[in-house]
Amino acid sequence: MKTYNQINDKIASGKAVVLTAEEMKDYIDKYGVRKAAKEIDVVTTATFGPMCSSGVFLNFGHSKPKIRITQCWLDGVMAYSGIAAVDCYLGATQVPDRDPVNSKFPGKFEFGGGHVIEKLVKGETVELFAYSYGTQEYPRRDLRTRITLADMNQAIMVNPRNCYQNYNVAVNCSDKRLYTYLGQLEPNMGNMSYCSACQLSPLLNDPLYETIGVGSVVWLAGARGHVFSEGTQHCPSCLRTENDVPAEGAGTLALTGDLKKMRPEFVRGCSFVGYGASLALGVGIPIPVLNERVAKHLAVRDRDIQAQVIDYSTDYPQRTGNVLGSVNYEQLRSGCVDFMGKKIVTSSLSSYYKALEICEILKAEIKDGTFLLSQPLAQLPVKQGMKPLNIKK
Amino acid sequence: MIITQKYFLHFPVCETNTPIIYKLVKDYDLEVNIFRALVSSEGEGYLVLDVKGEAGSITKAMEYVASFGVTINSVERGVVRDETLCNHCGNCVSHCKAGALHIADLKTRKVAFDDKLCIACGKCVDNCPMKACSTVF
Ligand code: SF4
Ligand code: SF4
Repeated sequence: MKTYNQINDKIASGKAVVLTAEEMKDYIDKYGVRKAAKEIDVVTTATFGPMCSSGVFLNFGHSKPKIRITQCWLDGVMAYSGIAAVDCYLGATQVPDRDPVNSKFPGKFEFGGGHVIEKLVKGETVELFAYSYGTQEYPRRDLRTRITLADMNQAIMVNPRNCYQNYNVAVNCSDKRLYTYLGQLEPNMGNMSYCSACQLSPLLNDPLYETIGVGSVVWLAGARGHVFSEGTQHCPSCLRTENDVPAEGAGTLALTGDLKKMRPEFVRGCSFVGYGASLALGVGIPIPVLNERVAKHLAVRDRDIQAQVIDYSTDYPQRTGNVLGSVNYEQLRSGCVDFMGKKIVTSSLSSYYKALEICEILKAEIKDGTFLLSQPLAQLPVKQGMKPLNIKK
Repeated sequence: MIITQKYFLHFPVCETNTPIIYKLVKDYDLEVNIFRALVSSEGEGYLVLDVKGEAGSITKAMEYVASFGVTINSVERGVVRDETLCNHCGNCVSHCKAGALHIADLKTRKVAFDDKLCIACGKCVDNCPMKACSTVF
């Protein structure tokens, strides 16, 4: 048994033993769970992939004369302004008003909120345009100017849902190509697409949320961030296999962090033909090896993690609940799976390569004493379902 | 020695009046396999092709092609992957039937791009969420 304080003391004195999630699995295979729980202090997990439910609160500062912004656009992308005078929320999937979207299918969605966020993090200038109805103390009716991240007072990333614990694997059983948020799906199960950091994924290494909770410190695209809540659609009551590993969607995290401290290579706007724009984000989460139970969960490997294969031509859009079958991440990561009597090529939207890189960066930061852990203030729900929306007549 | 050579040709001014490909076949005895061709609205021409034949004939044929002021590129195929934009997600890999974009290392899933295998189909351009893949024309 170790406490957060003991682990933090070791980190601060540069004595903490830190492994990446991959290294920990090898360590456990070699020395067993008991020794791992004793010897290893922290394990770094990570993920890098599109996370649509992301965005930033921005504060522009006050112009002279002042304006109470009611509508505003950054590089043509509308940001929600129904809050205080010069605050707004720019969402990752918002596309410019002038974007033809899917009117000529499939739309390209080359630019959106995620791309504006990327530009800001890169230090680039964006155009701000704002309207107001004007009030006595905020007389200005509109403004057009250029602004950078450094010019703003605050830029706080607030993401209602990141780090899905596990996720659907998509195929297309129809005879027409599909354009989805999991990429293009070729007809007749011509390919299979997944989106997970697999065995490196934070919540797959802490399946019952025993160390990751509200208040946990996370590495959010290079900045110190926090889990501020369970994520939206957090649904821990799900199908689980051995070692408590969820075999479907399951848990999610709501994350926040300072955009000004983020690194551009981990905050990337992305585009999905026919679907929309989004933001690919890198997240790293350290897991303190408090006890054998935590260590045992960290032993999980790709082959132990199942994911459900869903037909995105009918079952997903129609919410039939039908599952074609399941595959594990070892099969998915190999590039080709045997499924329903067919050899299907697989590909991912989540970057294992980048997730590995984040595991290493976080490991280095913990080892050199600059990244301390925090004990959660509250646990995430471990029993909770997810409600559908029933359309009432 | 019979060899196959890949070329990406750029014609600054499109030579629409000269049957260049016909000449390659007829005068230089080459087998020609065209992947992609375009005459731009600015009047430039682009051609991605394989030629197969005697090494000496290919050299002479390219001297002939060069006489039209053509830029001859035997490395690229008109499609490029910008490494600095690629995050190695691998989404393009299942769409690249030619195997040009491929997982170089299963352990890290690093994605590599082999120009030589590219057939310039352009599928990766639409399938890369990061816009790391682009086509010159
Ligand atoms: S889809 Fe784009 S970002 Fe992903 S591996 Fe291919 S080139 Fe790189
Ligand atoms: S253009 Fe076609 S062959 Fe070339 S890399 Fe892209 S998908 Fe592969």
